[in-house]
Amino acid sequence: MNDPLASANAESSAVGSDLPFFLGLGCLGGVYVLLIVAMLAADMSFTTPHHLLQALGSAEIQYAIKLSLISCTLTTVLSLWVAVPLGYLMSRFRFPGRAVVESILDIPIVLPPLVIGLSLLILFQTAPGRAIEKLLPFTFAVPGVVLAQFAVACAFAVRTMRVAFDQISPRSEQVALTLGCRRSQAFMMVVLPQTRRGMITAATLAWARSLGEFGPILIFSGATRMRTEVLSTTVFLELSVGNIEAAVAVSLLMIAASAVVLTVVRGLGSKKLFAQGSVP
Amino acid sequence: MIAVRNLTVHAGSFSLSGISFNIPARAYGVLMGKTGSGKTTLLEAVCGLRPAASGSIELCGRDVTRLKAADRGIGYVPQDRALFPSMTVGQHLSFALKIRKWESVRIERRVNELAELLGIEKLLSRFPQGLSGGEAQRVALGRALSASPRILILDEPLGALDDETRQEMCVLLKAVMKQTQVTALHITHSRSEARMLSDIVLKLESCSSIRPEEPGSAVVESCPV
Repeated sequence: MNDPLASANAESSAVGSDLPFFLGLGCLGGVYVLLIVAMLAADMSFTTPHHLLQALGSAEIQYAIKLSLISCTLTTVLSLWVAVPLGYLMSRFRFPGRAVVESILDIPIVLPPLVIGLSLLILFQTAPGRAIEKLLPFTFAVPGVVLAQFAVACAFAVRTMRVAFDQISPRSEQVALTLGCRRSQAFMMVVLPQTRRGMITAATLAWARSLGEFGPILIFSGATRMRTEVLSTTVFLELSVGNIEAAVAVSLLMIAASAVVLTVVRGLGSKKLFAQGSVP
Repeated sequence: MIAVRNLTVHAGSFSLSGISFNIPARAYGVLMGKTGSGKTTLLEAVCGLRPAASGSIELCGRDVTRLKAADRGIGYVPQDRALFPSMTVGQHLSFALKIRKWESVRIERRVNELAELLGIEKLLSRFPQGLSGGEAQRVALGRALSASPRILILDEPLGALDDETRQEMCVLLKAVMKQTQVTALHITHSRSEARMLSDIVLKLESCSSIRPEEPGSAVVESCPV
């Protein structure tokens, strides 16, 4: 008697092996993975623990690490402060000019970073900009570092928060409204707790983008040692004076920080990140 | 009582117009109609989640057409149940009561009363993620009934349940109706569900008309206080 399952298997094997397909995928994708690993390996082979310790012992680099940590954290807080309401508005409501606002929000993502720095510089040469400068100096000053980072990082936080809100069914919010909530109560008590992980991802991405920001900071805040120097500008400054060992050591520090951040995002991210919104 | 008069509702490019029907006080109305005929849109308008372009909606003799959802005094069980993932079952049952600033003793008493009515006493500390379909439905029903609304709106509440659980839920809904004395409007595609639960069956035939399936059964106008 013929086993239908066996004949089905025989038929599928007649189609041919899937191995070449997966080999093709692996080879094409593997080239890029290999490139990244090779770059990291090259960086690590170029330096020694001694160079790393020497770089960490330098007062300028210590200042850059401190300023990077403080400015990135401040930028992250500010980005979240803006990204949560903006992401919610863009996700939930239709209003006139929404498409325009959406395009404007994408500008910092697609624009060359140098152009953002230049635009900030020009903005603070206008009358309102000069008035703000009198109260709090931004150009070539530490607040300018935060603003330059914020101008780019916030766009990524907004995009992440928008996706987080998109993943949450508006139905739970509507139920909360029928239960007697004002919109603000429904948002705070029902929606926001569901975006907790989305907020962590947005914060992590904003922090990582801020850490890697270079162009806008260089143009808008300059790269003055012990003043507006952050880790990304340290790499540039060390390279410009021919101190490649220190530049590589600082680069490795940034790579380590990025790896930590990406691990956090990967851990909290993917589908699991938003799975809270679903009910079995 | 739920009285809808000449209602027009828009949902994007879709429109419902000239909708009129009446569900007497403490009656169980079942709304049927083809997929895409606008049943959920109509329910959302009754709940206050979608504005009425024209016409009127009266709940228990009170014109609520322009009132916010929060002020209509209804309990709403949506199709997907929409439980709050960050809250326990107990917190679901107490949510509307906390919004109304009830005293904690009174809240506790009401939560226990509801849990007993719905048979979910053992689930109070659980989160929605681990609940079965039937359990989740009971929680959604409990949350909707918690503030003792006089109107209960259910959008295909039993659609995703297996036959046995659906049967159990029908029995439970009948018991709940008897005990709470609410007026209900329930969407379903199931004729057996409609037969089992309904006092009145309404059929949304096209985008513009609604009629009682059994003429003459939707005539009671009064709503005892």
